[in-house]
Amino acid sequence: MKKFLAVLLAALMTLSLVACGKSDNGLIKVGIINNDPNESGYRTANDRDLQAMFCEANGYEASFAYSLKNDEQIAAAQKFIQDGVDYLLLSAADTSGWDSVLQDAKKNGVEVILFDRTIDADPSLYAASIVSDMDKEGATAVEWLKGQGLAEYNIVHLQGVMGSAAQKGRSGALDAQVAADGAWNIVNQQTAEWSAEKAQEIVQSVIDSGAAFNVIYAENDDMAKGAVAALDKANIAHGVGKDVIVMGFDCNKWALEELLAQNWNYDGQCNPFQASYIDDVIKTIESGKAPAQKTIIMDEKGFDASTITADDVNNYGI
Amino acid sequence: MKAKAIFSKIIKNQIMIPLVALLILALFNLIVDPSFFKISMGLNSLGNPVLSGYLITILDCGSELAILAIGMTLVTAASGGQDISVGASIAIAGSVMLRMLCGRNGSRELLVPIFVAFIVALIVAMAFGAFNGVLVASFKIQPMIATLILFTAGRSIAAWINNNELPIVYDESYAVFGGFIPGIPIPTPAFIAVICFIITALVLKFTSLGLFVQSVGINEKSARVNGLNPEAIKILTFVILGACVAVCALIKTSRLMTINYSVIAKDIEMDAILAVALGGNALSGGKFNITASILGAYVIQALTTTLYKFQVPSAALSAYKAIVVILLVVFSSDTVRGWISKNLKFGAKKEVKNV
Amino acid sequence: MRENAVLEMKGIYKEFPGVKALQNVDFFLNKGEIHALMGENGAGKSTLIKVLTGVYAKDKGDIFLAGHEKAVAIHSPQDAQKLGISTVYQEITLCPNLTVAENMYIGRGDNVLQNWKKMNEDAGKLLTELDIPAKPTQQLGTCSIAVQQMVAIARAVDMDCSVLILDEPTSSLDEQEVAKLFKLMRDLKAKGVGIIFVTHFLDQVYEVCDKITVLRDGQLVGEYEIENLPRVQLVSKMLGKDFDDMSDIKSENKKYEAQGEKDHLYEASGLASVAANPFDFYINKGEVNGFTGLLGSGRSESVRAIFGADRVIGGEVKKNGKTVKIKKPIDAMKNGIAYLPEDRKIDGIVADLSVRENIILALQVLKGFFKPISKAESLKFADEFIKLLEIKTASTETPIGSLSGGNQQKVILARWLLTHPDYLILDEPTRGIDVGTKVEIQKLVLKLASEGTAVTFISSETDEMLRTCSRLVVMRDGHVVGELKDDELTQSKIMSTIAGGEKNEG
Repeated sequence: MKKFLAVLLAALMTLSLVACGKSDNGLIKVGIINNDPNESGYRTANDRDLQAMFCEANGYEASFAYSLKNDEQIAAAQKFIQDGVDYLLLSAADTSGWDSVLQDAKKNGVEVILFDRTIDADPSLYAASIVSDMDKEGATAVEWLKGQGLAEYNIVHLQGVMGSAAQKGRSGALDAQVAADGAWNIVNQQTAEWSAEKAQEIVQSVIDSGAAFNVIYAENDDMAKGAVAALDKANIAHGVGKDVIVMGFDCNKWALEELLAQNWNYDGQCNPFQASYIDDVIKTIESGKAPAQKTIIMDEKGFDASTITADDVNNYGI
Repeated sequence: MKAKAIFSKIIKNQIMIPLVALLILALFNLIVDPSFFKISMGLNSLGNPVLSGYLITILDCGSELAILAIGMTLVTAASGGQDISVGASIAIAGSVMLRMLCGRNGSRELLVPIFVAFIVALIVAMAFGAFNGVLVASFKIQPMIATLILFTAGRSIAAWINNNELPIVYDESYAVFGGFIPGIPIPTPAFIAVICFIITALVLKFTSLGLFVQSVGINEKSARVNGLNPEAIKILTFVILGACVAVCALIKTSRLMTINYSVIAKDIEMDAILAVALGGNALSGGKFNITASILGAYVIQALTTTLYKFQVPSAALSAYKAIVVILLVVFSSDTVRGWISKNLKFGAKKEVKNV
Repeated sequence: MRENAVLEMKGIYKEFPGVKALQNVDFFLNKGEIHALMGENGAGKSTLIKVLTGVYAKDKGDIFLAGHEKAVAIHSPQDAQKLGISTVYQEITLCPNLTVAENMYIGRGDNVLQNWKKMNEDAGKLLTELDIPAKPTQQLGTCSIAVQQMVAIARAVDMDCSVLILDEPTSSLDEQEVAKLFKLMRDLKAKGVGIIFVTHFLDQVYEVCDKITVLRDGQLVGEYEIENLPRVQLVSKMLGKDFDDMSDIKSENKKYEAQGEKDHLYEASGLASVAANPFDFYINKGEVNGFTGLLGSGRSESVRAIFGADRVIGGEVKKNGKTVKIKKPIDAMKNGIAYLPEDRKIDGIVADLSVRENIILALQVLKGFFKPISKAESLKFADEFIKLLEIKTASTETPIGSLSGGNQQKVILARWLLTHPDYLILDEPTRGIDVGTKVEIQKLVLKLASEGTAVTFISSETDEMLRTCSRLVVMRDGHVVGELKDDELTQSKIMSTIAGGEKNEG
């Protein structure tokens, strides 16, 4: 029985590695290695975008593999190389450990394009890297906040999982501004680990302590939502023209709707739509040229509740 | 002599462990910042009168853990192991509930009464509990290994239920379970927890659950010879835990009016197991004391709230928690308590003289 | 110290909450002497042994050992071992999942690096020398209880002890094995080892012992030379009364009264379980019958099949003339059958639960999940049986695990009597129990029978069976080989049937 279960578990884990076959119909073969789409709304949108782009209608034959574990991803990459894909698209779970498999890819003439996440490997091993600039996201948000012209900034700062790229980028700009300007104070800075529940508890605790604050700077939408739930409980007005400014990131559709309803003030985009960028890179390589830049940074917007439109919600909401 | 015996009896009582821990936490807060105990009355954004303050927060946020501790205590007692899939099961039950309420396309109206959605989620959660129970009882797999399956797969199942969407409930009546009943200033989760406690107490009083679970947990072979069906009893405890899970899912999804299946109730299984341990229950099964487990759950919440209050640096939060937990567990061990009751004899005698 | 003495314990006191277990007890042991320590359950034998071996800390008193000028301090079993005191306990305390050799040598302290090959060789030698039928590399759990017991003795013997304590070592051994053990004890005696022998078997005491120390209610009654203390006096000293209960019972010996088939209370044909071969059996109302045979002959397995304690795989069962299905214990219980299991530690007690909870357990299961017995009612039941069976316990709420073996047995007996069975199966009810209680239980069995209860009684002691049973089913190697009644009920007839002299079946 235990053996059976072990097999079952193993099967569950590998089920997500979709097998791929060969074809001689002139389609470009791509192997796509991504994180589990169930990880977050961001990843779901990202996966959906890739699925929509890399289909037969667009001249692609795509195989997908999903895992949150580096070793499983590497195994999937090796399989794709063996299957003779033309392009390997990779969003790595970990930054290290990729050298040998990428060298294999190079030897077999497989072009590697990184998306969403960079890795610690020699740039010659991949053709291009399409990423978000988290530092820029943070800087855009802080710049917007500066523009609100408050006399004093008393900020509750809800951080993501410590050490993640998004957390570092989004915390960095705010920390720098607080250090530089005496009118900016951090009332509370804690990690809620991307979780709405934890964010709610932390903000609840700030409210219980009686400390005054006028900005919620949450590093993703979920945490902003948790914070707002705590504010509602304590009857603290928030949103456009109210006591507390609420800021989030990721541009979930429901979050942008909150902006549209004037309940939140700002949402920073973390662009999950890399497919078109990747498509451009592949087209460039297919035409025999090298991509203009190795590292391509995507456009990312910041939405203001006072200017957001219903179209924005539909176009950019994930 | 009699006073000494009573004192020693009190010291050795299981419930002393979480009680003393709670007292120490309270004392610490009293000395460092008495505002911890301040409770104030205000209005929430819907215009209802509500109580707020750290104590209310503990009572409110500790509810889910306390409810889970009930089921986890029974599972631990009967099978001598723990269910590590409760967090994932909460994700499943919550997803089922919201799927029923919002449907496939994210309706803004409630598609079914909340009561119906809850009953469906309850049945699903109990079925998953039974699944775990069968693996443990009939296939004799260690509980932690058996529940590892659902622990691994549960959140993906939850995602699948709602087609990877994160449904949002717009009907304000659903907010009652995680918020306030209009006109009543005490958070609803606290009420739900109390109702669960009362049901548990009644079940323990009007059925033989306690005796049977303990018999199975202490000596399964003997229980069998005495006509019990140990498998059935074990499965029953897992099903009860499933019911607790469904109640937690109701509160958790109501708090935020949505569900994020990847983070909802994350790591709650560890806190629930810790609550059982803090309650002085042997994790290897056998005798149990549910009241002590429930107190243990509130100790954990009080600790969390205290740490938030003192703005313990984010990155160090879990480390602080671990240190406090180690201290609590060490001081509640038999060895240390034996030593305390031995060495405090003199104190006890003096007290008697003074009286 | 006295000349020739290896051990002197003087003025030992030990108190547990609510119980004065030892009060001013002295004990002397000479070189090359086998010294019996006798007393009823709860007399303090086990406590005295545990004080000596460092399991309990004594409250007062001194322990002197040969070769040590001052009183020695023994704080742990390790201390005792280092001082040359080795123990074989009543209940086996080895690890069933280790091998025989590992059980004999591991945990003895000094040798951090174990030479496995040498260890197995040494173990093999010692096992052969002591004539123990076990391989060094065999897992201990696969050996019979008797062999496990002997391995425990081998372990103790190998530790070069000057004092060897044997706490009820013979309670699960059959006669041949006992004979082997006695030979071993005499050999050790010749080598100058002092042996403390705790047992309930009077015959054995008179066979091997030189001296007897008697305890009663935690106090020393006296130390006697064996030849100066006739059996009757020993029993009266242990009980503190002057009477000969044995003869009382003998006079009550019932004769088997043949009854028609219609009157069979319980009848099984071809009954078989995963552990027991098919057999036929019946019992009448008010009858006491017995299963006898050597250890492993299948007598316990057969009664377990009657109760459904092991999975039943075949056979037809009639209760009061009606065909009933008994597949598992609850079926048997619903049909008025009760079963006191052979191994009370494994199948009987629920150690951490109170005496009260242990008493009501079976009745509660019968009543069902939704009809709990109220606390007041259960207290009434518990008090009633504590009084009736004279169970020695601090209170109804004391965990049963902290009671002495005999009192635990009485609690289990109370549990089954409470269900008011009309057929009671008692598998070794008197094992490891003192004489006084044995007699009480035998009397109780006869009393129940006279009230109409059918009783199946199993005991390793043939004379006990002879006193109580009017019909004996004899088993050998898993099969019924004979049935004895009336005049056939003699020691020699039983022996010859067990031994299989007639050769009337294959």
